[in-house]
Amino acid sequence: MDVFFYIAASIAILSTIMAISGRNAIHSLMFLILSLLAISVVFYLLDAPFVAALEVIIYAGAIMVLFIFVTMMLNIGLEKKQEKRWLNPRMWILPSILAAILLADLILALRNMPPVVAGKQVILPKQIGISLFTTYLLAVEIAAILLMAGVIGAYHLGSQKKKVLHRFLLKKQN
Amino acid sequence: MLTVPVETQIVFAGILFLLGLIGLLVRRNLVFMLMSIEIMFNSAGLVFIIAARQWNQPDGQVMFIFILAVTAVEVAIGLALILQVYHHFKTLDVDAINKLRDEK
Amino acid sequence: METLIALIPGLPLFSFLILVLFGGKLSRRVAGWIGAGSIGIVAVLTLVVGIHLISALPGLKSYSVIVWHWMHAGNLNADIAFSLDSLSLVFCFVITFVGFLIHVYSIGFMAKDEGFTRFFAYMNLFVSSMLILVLSDNILLMYLGWEGVGVCSYLLIGFWYKEPANGTAARKAFIITRIGDTAMIIGIFILFVSFGTFNIQELMHLASAKWAVGSSIAVITAYLLLGGALGKSAQLPLQTWLPDAMAGPSPVSALIHAATMVTAGVYLIARTNILFSLAPIVQGVIAVIGALTLLIAGFSALAQHDLKRILAYSTISQIGYMFLALGVGAYSAAVFHFMMHAFFKALLFLAAGVVILVLNEEHDIFKMGGLRKKMPVVFWTFLTGSASLSALPLVTAGFYSKDAILWFAYSSNSGGVVLWLAGIVGAFLTALYSFRMIFITFFGEAKTEPTFRAGKLMTVPLIILAVLSVIGGFIELPASMGSVHLFSDLVNNTLPGVGIKDVENREWLFQIISALIALSGIYLAYRFYFKKPAYMESFKHSRLNHFFETGFGFDKVYDTVIVKPAVWLAEIDKKDIFDQLNISIARLTLLGNRLISLTENGKLRWYILSFAIGIALILTFMITK
Repeated sequence: MDVFFYIAASIAILSTIMAISGRNAIHSLMFLILSLLAISVVFYLLDAPFVAALEVIIYAGAIMVLFIFVTMMLNIGLEKKQEKRWLNPRMWILPSILAAILLADLILALRNMPPVVAGKQVILPKQIGISLFTTYLLAVEIAAILLMAGVIGAYHLGSQKKKVLHRFLLKKQN
Repeated sequence: MLTVPVETQIVFAGILFLLGLIGLLVRRNLVFMLMSIEIMFNSAGLVFIIAARQWNQPDGQVMFIFILAVTAVEVAIGLALILQVYHHFKTLDVDAINKLRDEK
Repeated sequence: METLIALIPGLPLFSFLILVLFGGKLSRRVAGWIGAGSIGIVAVLTLVVGIHLISALPGLKSYSVIVWHWMHAGNLNADIAFSLDSLSLVFCFVITFVGFLIHVYSIGFMAKDEGFTRFFAYMNLFVSSMLILVLSDNILLMYLGWEGVGVCSYLLIGFWYKEPANGTAARKAFIITRIGDTAMIIGIFILFVSFGTFNIQELMHLASAKWAVGSSIAVITAYLLLGGALGKSAQLPLQTWLPDAMAGPSPVSALIHAATMVTAGVYLIARTNILFSLAPIVQGVIAVIGALTLLIAGFSALAQHDLKRILAYSTISQIGYMFLALGVGAYSAAVFHFMMHAFFKALLFLAAGVVILVLNEEHDIFKMGGLRKKMPVVFWTFLTGSASLSALPLVTAGFYSKDAILWFAYSSNSGGVVLWLAGIVGAFLTALYSFRMIFITFFGEAKTEPTFRAGKLMTVPLIILAVLSVIGGFIELPASMGSVHLFSDLVNNTLPGVGIKDVENREWLFQIISALIALSGIYLAYRFYFKKPAYMESFKHSRLNHFFETGFGFDKVYDTVIVKPAVWLAEIDKKDIFDQLNISIARLTLLGNRLISLTENGKLRWYILSFAIGIALILTFMITK
């Protein structure tokens, strides 16, 4: 079983690297979807099948699709030359160094981990459902309101209204 | 049963997070930056799942669901803003949106 | 009675305020009569109060009035309080009476000037300050009057301010007298710290009780007060401002620089005479300074060719006589000479003013001449004044006053032959230069024609002052001529008498000698300047003459030693080092701003990078702890 974890993990890491260093936007998004699928496999291996399904449906299925729609709307893929110009290797040095430092910090911090609790079992959707609607009910409601706010905000921000100047400003223009 | 040590799992999540951070720092295109933020969110959620398995409770997975909801909203609003930026500045270069700098 | 005394300095101050506030709206006539009238009223008040005081002597010595409380801070108490005794009365009389005549003269003199109202405002402020000076009860109020007359002197010397040279002369006067004023205020501080009071009478009592004769603190305080007197009275070494002060209008020269302000030093020393008697060495220094000054000024006056500068040096010389008298302890003689000098010197300045005005601002005596026939009134009054100045025997007031000083210079306990000789030589020089002035200005051929005739406003004060210059001396006749002691009896109620050496009273001999000296001076002036032999021309161009003309080179010495280094220092500090320190703080802050604003460049990735670096640093720090 462990080997599956390692395979899925390496696929996720590799495809993420391809995603962030890609020149073509659509290709990067495809790689990102691949990475998300690999992580979904990892979720399944970690005794969380429900979450694995959610990851595919919502994350890879809804959010990434949103990304692809917007990318296609803005026609970013055609600007290959621009991306090449912006992405010279010199830019990668400092972030890589920072990331290495942070990774080292993480590894150092993990030295004193408590021992694993015995008795693992797969957590079923039923458990999650009960937990959601009894213990975390308030948070569910708040999440619902947040989603509504997001919908309204996205609608307003995305609409293309013709710019109507106030009549005082019109006079100034003349 | 998975017997991969917890440290390895967390390091794996950390690597994903750092890759997202690198992507955020390096790329100039707004869409790519938003994508890198997505990667970081996802890796944070992964850590929650690992913790849920560690302590044998569903709370971690509930947290992941909430993270998912927040991410969805954030992506929606972020993309709408990117659309506005594109219409106003005619470019998706994040360095072009420096109007809030100190005027001297 | 008390309110009248308070009105004496108060009324001119009030008229100053009226002229300042409403002067623009008043006509010239009204302004002039407000200005002169206030002094006239005060003269009458002085007369009234004086009669009361004289009739109450010797029982009542003085009147005092407190007008209001000025400062009461801890044990520092000073009030606006006036006290009138016989010394103050004499000074008040001279200031108000001569002042009134000068004000009336000014109405005519300044009639065509555009600063007419401003002139009377300043003059009234001056008279008020001078009256405060002589009437004040405490030494702090006297210092207020002292400073007030200094300011008014500055304002009036530089009255015609559009000419830069006048402003320079005014500044020179102010700065040099300032040096004296600083010495004086330190002296006042010492007195206050030692005795805790400002009241002059109390100070004198306490000083004579607590300080031994010749003790160093008494000597130092006396020297400091002497410094103040030297500055105001233009004696050595602070005498260089007075000749330049002639840049002011002639009435100003008459009032301030002849009759009143320059005698403030004499008043100060007379008032604090007890302190000076505690420091005999200082008294000796006063006499020596007086003798030297009168000689130096006398020689300098011989070489001047500006009419008013001759009179200025003459003033310095005559005040030297007063200081000589103060130094040997002959206080009443000094004050008597002050009064006579006020009459004839004011007369001479006013008459010179008429001459200059009528000759269209011509100051050089070698360009004048033959005015005897053209301006008879001015000529006769000028002649009277010069005769009084030269101490023409028997008929002029100057004879009696100068003679008294010469007698006491020889015969008093601290006098001697040397001082007397200095006085005699000075008297010779006085006769010589005054009649040089007369012969060159009024006799000979006319080189400049007078443009108009002086009106009554100007000539009547001249006549009054001329009469006073003749009859004024008759109130104090020496023993050989009837022994009238009206003046000294009055003044000796406040001032100590002079101790005379135990010699035979040969005063008549000295009188004959001084009479002969005066007459020979007049004769030599006649020979040198009227007959005009050839060697006078060559003398005029000699180096000795030039040395005399520059006042023995004092100006040049002060310029090189004091003025040039100060100007050099100011030039070095042009950018103002201390201000640069302040500016550099501001510049550093601005530099910091510019540096820090570089981090606010609006680039999102830069901000994210700074987050990342921060996180890396903090986490590393926390984990390695």
